[in-house]
Amino acid sequence: MVQESVLNTNNFKKTSRDGVNWDLSEAVPRLPGETHVADKEVIYICPFNGPIKGRVYITNYRLYLRSLETDSALILDVPLGVISRIEKMGGATSRGENSYGLDITCKDMRNLRFALKQEGHSRRDMFEILTRHAFPLAHSLPIFAFLNEEKFNVDGWMVYNPVEEYRRQGLPNHHWRITFINKCYELCDTYPSLLVVPYRASDEDLRRVATFRSRNRIPVLSWIHPENKTVIVRCSQPLVGMSGKRNKDDEKYLDVIRETNRQISKLTIYDARPNVNAVANKATGGGYESDDAYHNAELFFLDIHNIHVMRESLKKVKDIVYPNVEESHWLSSLESTHWLEHIKLVLTGAIQVADKVSSGKSSVLVHCSDGWDRTAQLTSLAMLMLDSFYRSIEGFEILVQKEWISFGHKFASRIGHGDKNHADADRSPIFLQFIDCVWQMSKQFPTAFEFNEQFLITILDHLYSCRFGTFLYNCESARERQKVTERTVSLWSLINSNKDRFKNPFYTKEINRVLYPVASMRHLELWVNYYIRWNPRIKQQQPNPVEQRYLELLALRDEYIKRLEELQLANSAKLSDPSTSPSSPSQMMPHVQTHF
Amino acid sequence: MLGKGVVGGGGGTKAPKPSFVSYVRPEEIHTNEKEVTEKEVTLHLLPGEQLLCEASTVLKYVQEDSCQRGIYGKLVCTDFKIAFLGDDESALDNDETQFKNKVIGENDITLHCVDQIYGVFDEKKKTLFGQLKKYPEKLIIHCKDLRVFHFCLRYTKEEEVKRIVSGIIHHTQAPKLLKRLFLFSYAAAARNSTATHPKNHTVMFETLQDWCWELERTKGNMKYKAVRVNEGYQVSERLPEYFVVPTPLPEEDVPRFQGHGIPMWCWSCHNGCALLKMSALPKEQDDAVLQVQKSFLDGVYKTIHRPPYEIVKTEDLSSSFLSLQDIQTAHSKFKQLFLIDNSTEFWDTDIKWFSLLESSSWLDIIRRCLKKAIEITECLEAQNMNVLLLEENASDLCCLISSLVQVMMDPHCRTRVGFQSLVQKEWIMGGHCFLDRCNHLRQSDKEEHQRQLSLPLTQSKSSPKRGFFREETDHLIKNLLGKRISKLINSSDELQDNFREFYDSWHSKPTDYHGLLLPHIEGPEIKVWAQRYLRWIPEAQILGGGRVATMSKLLEMMEEVQSLQEKIDERHHGQVALQAEASSLLRASARLSSLFPFALLQRHSSKPVLPTSGWKALGDEEDLAKREDESVDLGDL
Repeated sequence: MVQESVLNTNNFKKTSRDGVNWDLSEAVPRLPGETHVADKEVIYICPFNGPIKGRVYITNYRLYLRSLETDSALILDVPLGVISRIEKMGGATSRGENSYGLDITCKDMRNLRFALKQEGHSRRDMFEILTRHAFPLAHSLPIFAFLNEEKFNVDGWMVYNPVEEYRRQGLPNHHWRITFINKCYELCDTYPSLLVVPYRASDEDLRRVATFRSRNRIPVLSWIHPENKTVIVRCSQPLVGMSGKRNKDDEKYLDVIRETNRQISKLTIYDARPNVNAVANKATGGGYESDDAYHNAELFFLDIHNIHVMRESLKKVKDIVYPNVEESHWLSSLESTHWLEHIKLVLTGAIQVADKVSSGKSSVLVHCSDGWDRTAQLTSLAMLMLDSFYRSIEGFEILVQKEWISFGHKFASRIGHGDKNHADADRSPIFLQFIDCVWQMSKQFPTAFEFNEQFLITILDHLYSCRFGTFLYNCESARERQKVTERTVSLWSLINSNKDRFKNPFYTKEINRVLYPVASMRHLELWVNYYIRWNPRIKQQQPNPVEQRYLELLALRDEYIKRLEELQLANSAKLSDPSTSPSSPSQMMPHVQTHF
Repeated sequence: MLGKGVVGGGGGTKAPKPSFVSYVRPEEIHTNEKEVTEKEVTLHLLPGEQLLCEASTVLKYVQEDSCQRGIYGKLVCTDFKIAFLGDDESALDNDETQFKNKVIGENDITLHCVDQIYGVFDEKKKTLFGQLKKYPEKLIIHCKDLRVFHFCLRYTKEEEVKRIVSGIIHHTQAPKLLKRLFLFSYAAAARNSTATHPKNHTVMFETLQDWCWELERTKGNMKYKAVRVNEGYQVSERLPEYFVVPTPLPEEDVPRFQGHGIPMWCWSCHNGCALLKMSALPKEQDDAVLQVQKSFLDGVYKTIHRPPYEIVKTEDLSSSFLSLQDIQTAHSKFKQLFLIDNSTEFWDTDIKWFSLLESSSWLDIIRRCLKKAIEITECLEAQNMNVLLLEENASDLCCLISSLVQVMMDPHCRTRVGFQSLVQKEWIMGGHCFLDRCNHLRQSDKEEHQRQLSLPLTQSKSSPKRGFFREETDHLIKNLLGKRISKLINSSDELQDNFREFYDSWHSKPTDYHGLLLPHIEGPEIKVWAQRYLRWIPEAQILGGGRVATMSKLLEMMEEVQSLQEKIDERHHGQVALQAEASSLLRASARLSSLFPFALLQRHSSKPVLPTSGWKALGDEEDLAKREDESVDLGDL
């Protein structure tokens, strides 16, 4: 496991190794399909424990470093996919010790520095090899996911079947139908092929509505409330423009949506953007639903900022946690990153969406500009609050697969898989922010989620790793063209074939319970186990003591149940053979020692 | 039933827009029954407690879903507490009332718990004290336990308003004589009932035997002896009658400076090193007296400092650590963050929560306390040194640091009885001036600065993580360097290295919860003890969530395991298994709030709380905020 081996770089355990000569082929873990490219002796400049001499092995998938020092068991295991930028440090005239080498910026909140010898082009070679394999797109090489030959006993690509998921929600019904109008992505190339739309809207209506929505991303159903039948509908902004254009079909279509649950109240539109941004978008042809045109709708702005603000905010978080944690003014530094403030706004927006639907007051339409960043965050978080199914491991996979992957969150652009352009303005940690919100919720409701923190961290690690096809490309149509499901392995195959590792022992299944997290700074926390996990000093206990105790009790319970069954058998045997004497119970089992 | 004024109602039928006004206007109050018949809700008086004054038709506000509900009742003041007698508790079911305080009810405020009283005059809030010329329409009481009460007096008879307001002000603010404290009349009236607990394991340290037991328990009896030199408080009233000193110390040394300058034993480590405390000798100008003091101290030091066998390290807490003033100032800023009058105030402060928290310095103080305690632990545990804590009276920071060290090092102190014994030993017998520090006699504000000393100790116990604590200490690095630099310019780095190595190495190993426990002291690990500090704030409650959710799962599992155990026992004895009725302690865990059991459920509906204040300026990111998400033009226009 990627994160596991890296987490094990605990440098305080100075376990000395006896066998110094390792077999090279054994020294480096290798996935099927992974090939050795080069290896080199380097100095790893560990920000926590100083320079460590080691040998680095580069494959077409990872960078692997093993310490050559006897008193350090340090191992680095970094998929090349996490590399965002490779820089040369120091020049020919550099004098200081270890000042000549490479500085690698990673997408997962760390930097790696290697010092190399000045002679023999060793830095140039390593730079070229790394650049070539970390950024395969620039070198006409395939992304590793297409070379990966791993086999799992479950097929993650089977997890999400849109028809089944809509059927689970009770769809189609009298008011909502499944349409295949986008079967070959001809209506909207960034939407999935299968869409749920109002029964009363014809395919022709949909085509006309598409002309008035940015990138043809028409309002379609994301989720329907099983009882009150209010819905969450997602789309992109209307193309109102400076002149304040109107479109009768779009207006009628929203009214049809409003009427599907036979409510007389207005349709609630949540525009995720700050008001000023929505107004400014008119200049480029976008905008929002005005009161004049949409009489039966009520619009609220949720004040969530754009992808650029989020990117800068995360950069600031990195500044205060890596390599050293800002100590003296931790709280005000944290505040100045605004990261948790953004989290608060996203959660607040999602709570509003969920509350509106749960109370049965009205259906909700959510959009931002294009409906693939903030919109995906809001709909998926609201669904997580409303529908306990999505809080299970498979349910969450389906949620991600549905609201993010199939509805065209631009993973390729936001993450920059295999792309060398680290400064691309399209990059932004929107999905990470969503996972952070999920973590905040799981922190506030520790018994409500089937999955644990490790599950979320694993998803984030493979968001970058390029080992699986799950997060590759920007939309379904592109994935289909590339035959991703045939040619790559799904991340869910890895997770579902070993689910126990990702289970939360406290999970209590509760149907129909709506979860409203408290979106107050008093409760929001920086996710230390993710953002500061490289710092061995901050490393938190795994598992935590309460969890550990609970697992012990669980084991004890299972043992007792077994004993009881055995006793029942023995007792029924005893009835026929009264000579059997029972053994003393106190010899058989430990009594509960837990005190409170 | 009492007349119950319900504004906006509970559940889903509320006013269309949430109202964030802090006070309910009279016309908004719809009473269920028009006549406000106050059925006598009986006032529960403790033995010896006397009713002093009362007022009827008082409206108490209950915050609910950003609306406010009013409940009619009677406000009374006794010589022990202020109590509101209203029918508010009917909403709580048994699960919750199980955990009620039996002495102090939900609507009771003991006189000593009152922190600040405000009156509202024409929607303006003013502090109330002394003689009043004009009586307020509303009374707001801020409590030391961070509760905030709002009482509306608009419907109360004028003379009753005068009586209750001046009564409350007088009995909570006027200086008191020690003998007038309620506990004396209580003890006199309830004398017989106090001795009914036969098995109280808490060691009180009131007898020589108690100290001998403690010496024996920690194996300190080789080098230390319990002495009776202060029997009948002949030497000093400040000291306990019995205490422990180094064996070689002549008993006649103790009275020389009324117990000052004597190393008093606190605790012995498994390796034989001891934690000691000493009150400083009086400051003298006269050279001759100084000479006497010096030779006295030299003699005393030899009893605990005999290199190479025994080495003592002196920690002067008066000069090299936090001042009491620092702690008091931080605490008054900190507590203000939790005394929240209404929803608007909660959300207004939410956006700058972290900087507000930081500017109070409270968490930093907690961290410094923990760090100091870890340093001392390192000396005892890793360097095999005795540690002598030195302070002017050895009754403030000495109590704090020495009890923290013991909680970290001695698992016995982490049991309930052990902890109670620790408080008894270090704080009560240690002579901590609770009366002054808590200002129980309402002397004047001069003393106030010395108050909240025992709080860092209680706060550091907060989290179950690592056994008990998580709240933590950093500035010490700078502090240490600054203070020591004059004396030990070379060894300060070494000291820091020792600390780091000890701390890092402990944290890199798996934790033994029955052994040494060191809290984390890095910035992100130091958090507000939410269950205590946020417990009365409805907006901060997570319904069905929080740590209590996992704790109740744990308890349920324990019950299940125990009942299985019983069943197996029964099987063995050939009996028919009784259907073990689970005690359903926390059955309805989904309904418990995150603040359970410190506060009862205050929000009755499951509506979400929504922030009401918006976005703070982004500052230098303003230009980014204006950009569009996609760099390309919009599609088909």
